[in-house]
Amino acid sequence: MKPPARQPQGFGPVAPAARARWRARAGWVLTFFVLACLGLPGLTCAADRLLSFHNDGVGKASDEMARFHQEMLEDNPSELWEARGEQLWRTAAGPLKADLTGCDLGLGAGVVPGAFARLPRWFADARQVMDLEQRLVWCMTQQQGLTRAEAEQDHFGNGPQRSRLEALSAWIAGQSKGLPMQAGIGHPEEQRLLALGERMFRYRAGSHDFACATCHSGDHRRVRLQEVPNLTDPADARQAWTSWPAYRISQGELRTMQYRLADCLRQQRLPEAVYGSELITALSMYLAHQAEGGIVTAPGLKR
Amino acid sequence: MADPMRVRAARSGGITTVKILMSHEMETGQRRGANGTLVPAWFIQQVSVRLNDATVLTAQWGPAISKNPFLQVELNGANAGDRVTVAWTDTHGDSRVDEIRVP
Repeated sequence: MKPPARQPQGFGPVAPAARARWRARAGWVLTFFVLACLGLPGLTCAADRLLSFHNDGVGKASDEMARFHQEMLEDNPSELWEARGEQLWRTAAGPLKADLTGCDLGLGAGVVPGAFARLPRWFADARQVMDLEQRLVWCMTQQQGLTRAEAEQDHFGNGPQRSRLEALSAWIAGQSKGLPMQAGIGHPEEQRLLALGERMFRYRAGSHDFACATCHSGDHRRVRLQEVPNLTDPADARQAWTSWPAYRISQGELRTMQYRLADCLRQQRLPEAVYGSELITALSMYLAHQAEGGIVTAPGLKR
Repeated sequence: MADPMRVRAARSGGITTVKILMSHEMETGQRRGANGTLVPAWFIQQVSVRLNDATVLTAQWGPAISKNPFLQVELNGANAGDRVTVAWTDTHGDSRVDEIRVP
């Protein structure tokens, strides 16, 4: 038995009636696009949007993300680091078997509330502008008799290998929650670091000729799908600076600004930043200055 | 010795909401470390919540629970001053018990 002859589809001459129908439909499609382009600028010219580096940041996905973020924020695991940090502050350690309650974070020996909101700042005893972590390392060497290497050996935690500095930073930052940022900018050394930090922020280097400013000096720029803050805009800078240290959900770790900035430089393909170096503190000084007046919300919560 | 849990309770309209944050690595046993060998499983297996002396929740947890897990429980009929006791045991046999009073 022969199979039934197939009707040719898609090839060969098209009946005049069919052609007319096709034309009518094409007309509708064309009209729709023209109307859509005129009437709904947000929806159309999608290609332009997709190709552009910018996005409006108010899509459905980011709304969902914001809601999820808010829900998580109420039960922020950084509390676990804060609890451990407070305990470390009060626990005797090192060759001198001393706790850190004599540590001067800038507001006097042992004064923790409000100290984070004033950092980085000039410390006369160390003759140096220090950020929170540098100051903690300094206190561990002075109060507890540890060497700098011993104090810094666990600067970034990794699972069961936990960091004292991350826990202490979380607790101390949390003790400034609700206070406005006011980093020191009076001392000549503070001003020198501020200028150095701004220079570093705009300094293009590395295999990709990137500066921090390449991604962080325009509105609504993205790295892949992640919108990045415009750190030259005080509103964005405040939100960014005041929410670190933060619990990084994707890492299951609490991270500090030293970590954050070192990771930025890594993504710029720059040489690995030295922990507690002047370069990182200078960048911090610039950011803290940009964030002046922002209300501390740390420890925060990040993707 | 495991870190303490963070346990908070709030009463509203006869319902007591208990929020619990646990500090734990929660390794699945499927992940490979930097040297290519499997990181051994290490996670919380048993969880219980007691209101005074009555057990109000027991759970068997597995490797799908996140690191530093969060658990929220709503209790009926708890009064101010009642004891809420949360306990967990992990695959190493390590355990932790924390207790708070309902405010």
